[in-house]
Amino acid sequence: MSSETRAERLMDFYRRMLQLRRFEERSIELYQQGLMGGSLHVGIGQEAVAVGVCAALRPDDYMTNTYRGRPQFLAKGADPGRTMAELLGRRDGYCRGKGGPMHVTAVELGCLGANAIVGAGVPIAVGAALSAKMQGSDRVAVTFFGEGATNQGAWHEAMNLAAVWQAPVVLVLENNQYAEMTPIRRTVRIERLADRATAYGIPAVIVDGMDVEAVHAAAVVAVARARSGGGPTLIEAQTYRFKGHMIGDSEVYRTREEVTEWMARDPLRLSRQKLIELGVAEDALDRAEREVERWIEEAVAFALASPEPTVESAFEDVWVSPSS
Amino acid sequence: MREITYADALNEALREEMERDPRIVLLGEDIGEYGGVFKVTRGLLDTFGPDRVRDTPISETGFIGAAIGMAMTGMRPVVEVMWVDFTLVAIDQILNQAAKLRYMSGGQARVPLVIRTQQGGGRGNGAQHSQSLEVLFAHIPGLKVVLPATPRDAKGLLKFALRQDDPTVFLEHKMLYFTRGEVPDEEYVIPFGQAEVVVPGSDITIVSWSRSLLRAVEAAQALRDDGIAAEVIDLRTLVPLDMETIYRSVRKTNRLVVVHEAHRSFGPGAEIAARVQEELFTELDAPVTRIATPDIPIPYSRAVEAAILPSTQTIIEAVRSTLARV
Repeated sequence: MSSETRAERLMDFYRRMLQLRRFEERSIELYQQGLMGGSLHVGIGQEAVAVGVCAALRPDDYMTNTYRGRPQFLAKGADPGRTMAELLGRRDGYCRGKGGPMHVTAVELGCLGANAIVGAGVPIAVGAALSAKMQGSDRVAVTFFGEGATNQGAWHEAMNLAAVWQAPVVLVLENNQYAEMTPIRRTVRIERLADRATAYGIPAVIVDGMDVEAVHAAAVVAVARARSGGGPTLIEAQTYRFKGHMIGDSEVYRTREEVTEWMARDPLRLSRQKLIELGVAEDALDRAEREVERWIEEAVAFALASPEPTVESAFEDVWVSPSS
Repeated sequence: MREITYADALNEALREEMERDPRIVLLGEDIGEYGGVFKVTRGLLDTFGPDRVRDTPISETGFIGAAIGMAMTGMRPVVEVMWVDFTLVAIDQILNQAAKLRYMSGGQARVPLVIRTQQGGGRGNGAQHSQSLEVLFAHIPGLKVVLPATPRDAKGLLKFALRQDDPTVFLEHKMLYFTRGEVPDEEYVIPFGQAEVVVPGSDITIVSWSRSLLRAVEAAQALRDDGIAAEVIDLRTLVPLDMETIYRSVRKTNRLVVVHEAHRSFGPGAEIAARVQEELFTELDAPVTRIATPDIPIPYSRAVEAAILPSTQTIIEAVRSTLARV
């Protein structure tokens, strides 16, 4: 790849990561203003995983993910205004205000649902992949989950089924080092979580989850394998959660030094440095930031302008046919 | 009319619907070559092949979850869970996922998934293989809950299940698989939410479903010899729940007995009794009576098990005492 093409592609990744970062930051502000219910779990620091993987997908590929799921949802092509409207519980949200931040879903984009249950989306993605295979399509499914999910039964059962069925699925383990508030090293006795894939006969690769190009390169290989009938792949992306498990987390379980150390490897900073090394002008980077600023403010304005759902709408969408 | 078994009626439903609709795929433990532990899927592997009749690992969470993903992406999976008790290891996928995905997505998702399983006591299978769990599924909004009592209904309801788009828990009864009954030769389906008056009568209403329904019918026949005309209603589905048929009957008889194999406390009988007193308080001549399995795990001893499950005799006694009250 020429350095020019590489710079263009990295610039595109950088712009997308900026969008995800700003989306999460603005979500925190709106949450802290009391405009959202429940808990908010943001993926700041993990943008390279979402962007690197989703850039390897086609629009018709399937995805399941988790409550920390807006970055992947946006990277898969979701509209930021409708996404933010969903976070605010508004009528124009993707889920008409019934899902909220933990359940962003856009079936027409292949986004089959962000899940509030750790590990639960993994078998669902394996099933979607099996559908694609049985229908003779070359669609693939991707599923994002945290390292905590690899301690859950649903994950192990889904891994085995993916292998047995040779399902066209890419299993993306976002190892952000903390399962909710507990460091992963305290809940497993192995060094490399990716080794768990070997037990199921699934090829696995570990990548630097802060390096969007490395993530993308691994995803391209995994997606190509799935699309061509080669079955599942596990990608363990080593990354870090810059914020707590949820907004308001006291974060007593880690030191400020550890966070600072990881923040030195902020995926946005790393990409920016690389772009400059590749000869991209600072001007162009600053311009991208201004564009993203407009992008997010339009999304927020759209969301804030959207009305609250009617109370009657709470009784809709339970059934396809209620009485028979 | 020809008579076939409940298991064969279910088998016919699957076979006919799989021939009609190539999107239907079966998944479950030992359903392929073995034909299922109660032989409901016998012969289907030979006809439809291993892609559409899939033996799975013992991974209820995994294959129910996968079936949900399949249902959302254009397939119509039918999962066989060998015993209802095993649904409990996969309850997240059933109650948190299948039941809620349509709602949480604001109506975007469709999950046309059928979970076939069997429940109930009577075989000496002990506490982890004999439960009746319909209330667990009926309590969570988003799942249809079906409990056929006869071969005809088993076939018609299963065929209907495969033509509608809501996730459905289809609860067969292990003691009914080898019962025989009339099943039409011609094509038919039985829609959900339509209770059936199986024995007409005017003195008292007995509402039941699944295997208990057969005991209720026997009780009504015995009572008739004593000049008591009990009307027996088979609910057939708990969700949707056809209360209108119950109300119509109770307006006529003014007395109601509900019979089920689920435990008594917080059971379906409590819900039905509550609704009847809300709707027909002034028309009741006696309190609503519940016949149910007592609030104990199902014991292994077959002698004791038979004594604690609803029986023809306990229903007869309940009817007599309900009629005696003023």
